[in-house]
Order: sequence, then structure tokens, then C-alpha cells
Amino acid sequence: MRKVKIAGVGLIRVSEYWDKPIQSLFAEASMKSMKDAGIDAVDKVYVSNMGGSLMQDQLNLAAVMADSLGTPGLPATRIEAGSASGGVAFHEAVQAVASGYSDAVMVTGVEKLSDILPEVVTTGLAMAEEQEYTAYTGVTKAGIAAMIHRLYMDLYATPEEVCMMAVKSHEHAVGCKHAQYPFKMSLQRAMSSPMEADPIHMMECSGIGDGAASLILVPADDEGVEVAGTAVSTDYTSIAARQDPLEMKAIKTAADRAYKMAKIKATDIDLAEVQDDFSINGVLGIEGLGLAKPGKGAKLVNSDDVDKEGKIPVNTFGGLKARGNPLGATGIYQLAEIAWQLQGKAGDHQIPDAKIGVAENMGGMASICAVNVLRRADK
Amino acid sequence: MSVPRYWRNEVPRYRLQGEECSQCGAKYFPTRPVCKCGSTDFKPYKLAERGEVVTWTTISSAPTGFEKYVPYVVALIELEDGCKVLSQVVDIAPDAVEAGLKVEAVFRKVKEDGKEGILQYGYKFRPVVE
Amino acid sequence: MKTGRQVGIIGYGAYVPMYRLKASEINRVWGGFGAPVEEKSVVALDEDTITISVEAAKQAVKRANIDPSEIGAVYVGTESKPYAVKPSGTIVAEVIGATPSVSTADYEFACKAGTEAMQTCIGLVGSGMHKYAMAIGADTAQGRPQDALEYTAACGGAAFIFGERSAETIAYLEASYSFVTDTPDFWRRSKEMYPRHGNRFTGAPAYFKHITGAGKALLEETGYKPEDFKWAVFHQPNAKFPINAAKIMGFSMDQIEPGLVSPRIGNTYAGSTPVGLAATLDVAEPDDKIFVVSYGSGSGSDAFIFTVQDAILEKREGPKMETFIERKEYVDYATYLKNRGQIIK
Repeated sequence: MRKVKIAGVGLIRVSEYWDKPIQSLFAEASMKSMKDAGIDAVDKVYVSNMGGSLMQDQLNLAAVMADSLGTPGLPATRIEAGSASGGVAFHEAVQAVASGYSDAVMVTGVEKLSDILPEVVTTGLAMAEEQEYTAYTGVTKAGIAAMIHRLYMDLYATPEEVCMMAVKSHEHAVGCKHAQYPFKMSLQRAMSSPMEADPIHMMECSGIGDGAASLILVPADDEGVEVAGTAVSTDYTSIAARQDPLEMKAIKTAADRAYKMAKIKATDIDLAEVQDDFSINGVLGIEGLGLAKPGKGAKLVNSDDVDKEGKIPVNTFGGLKARGNPLGATGIYQLAEIAWQLQGKAGDHQIPDAKIGVAENMGGMASICAVNVLRRADK
Repeated sequence: MSVPRYWRNEVPRYRLQGEECSQCGAKYFPTRPVCKCGSTDFKPYKLAERGEVVTWTTISSAPTGFEKYVPYVVALIELEDGCKVLSQVVDIAPDAVEAGLKVEAVFRKVKEDGKEGILQYGYKFRPVVE
Repeated sequence: MKTGRQVGIIGYGAYVPMYRLKASEINRVWGGFGAPVEEKSVVALDEDTITISVEAAKQAVKRANIDPSEIGAVYVGTESKPYAVKPSGTIVAEVIGATPSVSTADYEFACKAGTEAMQTCIGLVGSGMHKYAMAIGADTAQGRPQDALEYTAACGGAAFIFGERSAETIAYLEASYSFVTDTPDFWRRSKEMYPRHGNRFTGAPAYFKHITGAGKALLEETGYKPEDFKWAVFHQPNAKFPINAAKIMGFSMDQIEPGLVSPRIGNTYAGSTPVGLAATLDVAEPDDKIFVVSYGSGSGSDAFIFTVQDAILEKREGPKMETFIERKEYVDYATYLKNRGQIIK
């Protein structure tokens, strides 16, 4: 198996692109990553996208996206794994290069939520839950997170401590050019926002935005940013089927596998990107990655440790909450941001001497999770 | 709304009926093709109709088809037989729900397929009426 | 009318939704001053005739303590069918586990569709065609805003399982009688939302003529007198009519008291006489005789005489009619309209 590196990074700001079709977003990010890699062609493209069939009425999205690049003949595959589409697509793309089958692979995540009404987004998100006995109850993605949030609060943390996850993400987004919401949000503002799904406040949820992010993967050459570990895991989709609903097994299993592959421990990690689509999910991501013990994630978030100068900075460009959460593209944004940190290209967001970064990207309520570890190659 | 999908789930949803693995005795609701023990041999299992609320939320932004019921409560319920189900909890004000609330299964309308399509019925739970 | 073999009720259940609309609230909105009942029951947004029927049917099966697959017929009497075409009974039968060896249908005869279903079940069990048969009367009745019937049109229902008389029988049937003429006092045309009625014409030539017609004929046929009965139930479209019917027939207020629930929940239409009978069974003692007369516009009455047996004492566990009547939450007129699907979105 060959080692794989990230040769190019490209992304666009998460925003509402009323005047552009999904093809334009895809092509823009893809062209940027190819330019960054200094190449003008790839062997293969992976398209990560969650909701194109609902939001753009578009199936066969891989062909439609490949078409937008104007290069007939390009092999293309679309990966859909709910909100984890990006992380899972990356996992597949890495294997294409590692196996030796492809020498230059592009993985581009794209999502365009602004084409549909917010209530249809709510429905679309619930489509990532099992339909007949989970979505059947009328529960939403926020609702499931809310039930877990409540259990977590009963045992481990105050509402404010959990909410700090969202506050911290916003702090980190200040000055981020590609963030949808690059401004601070006070704890008081978040806690006084209306309930989205009790006890989750609206300002603890990621918003709706369009985006595309792209990475170029090639065989490693002991320079730049390598893929040190990559893993995907799944769990019973319904929290009712899990022994302990608070235990996000898919996150933990994927992290364990990815760390094993990277030959690292959680304590070796210099920075992390977690799936804070809801504040509680960010906290559980931190715990699942082993950055805090079970039940201690919120405490970590409330310490200086997750800040830019801290021991383990989390969501250094604002995370899903502030950078934005264009679903199927989100996992690629996370990895692009880590790549920039390891390349020393993170500008004002730069973590000094970052060597190892990890991204946690889950779908459903961690019914699927991708954990990818990137490492700065030592010359 | 798919009629075959609704029809296929009538008995489980109407009667809270799951399955029990003939090999290891694990109980499932909803049913699954393969047990965690690897067995594919199941027999019908009727779930307990009473239990208590473990955790819950109040849905304020609803998916399509549930809008008119807002605000409504969805809870994780542990039944008296140890099985867990997700369900709406009705006949109670959202702010009166609490962990440990004793609830029982009721048969209610879940969704309507517009004015012309089928009516979907199934289980919900309400505070126990003695 | 008497059956070939003796038939009785082996299980019953009743249900009233928990929401209430006060007559005073209707008056607040429409400036009226009437109050034919104090308040009426209103469904939750997710309830209808089918869910009410299921609630009552499940309780009846539990109390009867029988294998539901032995129920050979499930008939739902209602004038509020959730589907215009597609039986409510199939859903009820599927929920309780009576399918597939069962016959089902929805009956419509205004407010007496429930007792019409009872007559059918009695015949099917009495003839030996079925071991058990279930009759349900349930409604989510329609009342046109500002109409006199808006005060009373209510929601609720009851279910009765009939079987051959044995020691397990709660109350056995002594005899029944049906009395029908073509009297258009109240009707709802196909695809119309609300019924129309003949106002005072619904009284003497309609309700009272048929109630007394059926009631007197059954007393004559059986030789019983009003004083032979511990309890009596007359169809209760409001508080006044059943009281007057009792007086005319020679029954006392004490006799109709337990079954007279309309002042507190309104008229549950096809469920009206059935919930009255259920409330009476809730308090009846062995050997009590119960006289029951329904009324349905159009018009007709079914009259029944039941005698309570010892099994009643073990077969009425769980919530009673009183439990459901007292379990209540008041709604305002806007919520009432919303729950009844009368707000156009």
C-alpha cells in the first residue's frame, strides 16, 4: 500500500450562492485545488454530496459534476454518507491512490442548500435517519441530538458548558475568509436564542449554506501533508438500539482504527476538527476522538486547551457552526483546513508547529463516522 | 408517500410487534434481517406497552408532514420489558414531560398524505391513564 | 327480537379524548347564550374515529381476555369516517389482531350506527356464525360554526364484544328491538362538511317518536316495566332530550344518572348511546337490568335489555368512562378549530 499525500487544496467561501448552479461551485473548488497542486488533470474524481437528489433533483451527480469540468472520459464516483459524505469520500479517495490504481485523485465535496426552503432542509437532514421507525416519529436531526444533549447535561455538564462549543467555534472563525459566519457570538446570545429542539438553542446549530471544497491526492514523497490514518465506522442507526445512547461508538471505533494506522495516540494530536453541527455533537466528537475522557468533553471546551494557543486547538477556522456546514462538502472543508495548518498556510489561524491533525466527520447521530489523520511529512 | 412501505409496517407499528432471536433471545423493534449473534431465525415478539421516558425533546421545526403538530414531544422510552423505542409523547404539555414519566402506547394518526393520499396510523405514547 | 342462542357482552371499552370546549367559549366567539351541555369533548390533532375506535376496542379485548383472532366481525358505526371509501374496521381489526379471518364494515345511521352494529353482532353470534363479534360506535361529530349543534357535536366512542352467554358474560341480552321510519330530521349530503337539521322537527316527530316507539315495543314484548330496571340509557344529543325521554317512558333520574354523560362531554353521535351504556356498566352490579334505547336521525331507534352477571366484577379493570371524562384540558375556540381541521391552511 502506498503512502498518500495531499497535493492540492481548494475551496470557496461557505455562503448563499443564489446566482450560481451547483456545477459552478463544484468546478470552482476543483479548479482551485488542481491549480494548487500544479496539475491540469486527474485520474479520477470522487464527488461527495449528501442532498443533490433532493435539493437539485439530480441523481447521477458524479457524471454531472465531472461534465462541469469539461473533460469527458474522467472516471467519477459520487459518495453519499449523510453528513459524513466528505470524510467517507476522502477515505475512499485515499484508497484509490494507496492501492496504486490511481496516481492523481481529486475529491471534491459540494452541497447547495440554498436551492430549497429551510423546512425542506429539515426534512432532508431527517432523511439521513432510518425512515420507518426513527424519522417516522417526526424527530429531526436536531431532535435526536437534543435527546442526547439532555442525557449529557443530566450527567456531566451545564447547558452553558455545552453551549460554549458553539461560542468557541465562532471565536475561531473571526477573520476566516471562507467562513459563512466569521464573527463572535456571546454565550448569552446563544443561550437566549429560541429553542430549535429543547434543550438545543437555535444558535447552537450550524446554519444553512452552500459550499464546495476540493483536495488532490497523490502518492507521498516525504514532503508536505500525508494521510497518516483513515477509517470509517458505523453503528446501530437508532439511538434506541444502542446499549448506551451517550456512547458514540462509530466515532470511537473510527478514531481507534485511524490512530492505529497512523501509529499515534490521541495525545500526539496537535489540532482537531470536529462535527459541531450541534454544540453537543462537537463535545461528543472531542470525546470520541479521545481528546477528553467520556463526560469531560464539555469541560475541555470550557478550558483554554481548545483555543488557538491551547494544547489541542479545535475547529481552528470556526467549525461547522461558524465556517459553515454545507453537508456533503463539510468533511472536505475540515481536511482542507487541517492541510493548511500543517502546510503553515493558515494565516491568522495558524497553530504554531502543527504536525498532526485529525478530522471527525459523522453522519446521522454517529450512525456513520469518518476519522482522518493528516501528518506533516518529516523531511 | 409509499403505500407498500406503510402497509409492510402496519402490524409492527399497529401492535408494537418486534421479533425475538430464536438463538440468543435478543429482542428487536424494529425487526432486523440478521441478529447480532448471526442468527436469521426469529419469532414474533410483542413489546410491553408501558414504560418510562429516558430522554426527550420538543420539536419546534418539523419535517414535512409533521408541521401542524408542532410543538410536539419525541422521547426515547424504555419499556417495562427493557426494549427501547423512539416515539412521540402526546396528551401532555411539552414542559410537563420529565425523565421517568410513566407512559403507555396509544394508537394515533402519524401523518397524512395531503388531502387525497392515505392516512398513516401507528404508535405514540401518552402518560399512563389508570 | 330474541336470538337463537343466548348472547351477551363479554368485554367492553370506552374512550373520550381529553380536550374540552366549554359552551361559554362558543358563546364568547359567536355571541350566543345557549348551553345545551356544559362542555364537549374535542379530539387531539392526531385523533379521529379510527383511533377512538382502536382505543375502545383494545380495552374491550383486554377486559374480555380472549384471543382476538377469534373475533369474527368488527363493525364500526360512525358518521365521521376518516376515509369516504376504505373501511375503518379493517384498521381496527388489524390493530387488535382479529385479521384475517374476520368480516368488517363501517355502518352509517347517524347517531345509531353504533347500536345498529350491535344488532348485527348480536345476530351473527346468536345465529352461531361467529364465536365473537365486536361492535363499535364512535364519532368525531361535525358541528357547523354558530349552529345549535356546535355546542354538542363531540368526540368519543365505545366498543362491545358479543359472545354466547356463559359465566364469562358481563351482561347478557334478553331482547332487542328496532324501530325505523323515513324521517329526514337531520342529514349531511355527500361531500358536505356539516350536517343540516330541522331544528324543532328533530324533537317530537323524530327523537321522541322513535325512542318511545322502540322502547315501548320492547317493554311490551318482554313484559317488563320501567321499575324492573336498575339503569336506563337513552340516546343523549344534549342534556334535555334523554331526561324528557326517561320521563315520558316512566324512568327516573336515578336510573339514567350514570349513563347520562352528555352534559359533560356532549353528544358523541354514533358513540353516544354506547358510551352511556359503557358508563352504566362501569357502575352496575350483578343482576342489574339495563334498558337501552338509541336514536339515529333519518330515523330510527334500537332498544336493548341487558342483565348484568357476576363476571362484571372481574372484567372492568383499567380506566373507566369517569376516568376519561375527568381527564380533561380546556381548549379555546381557535385550538378547537385547529384540532378539528377547520382552519384552512
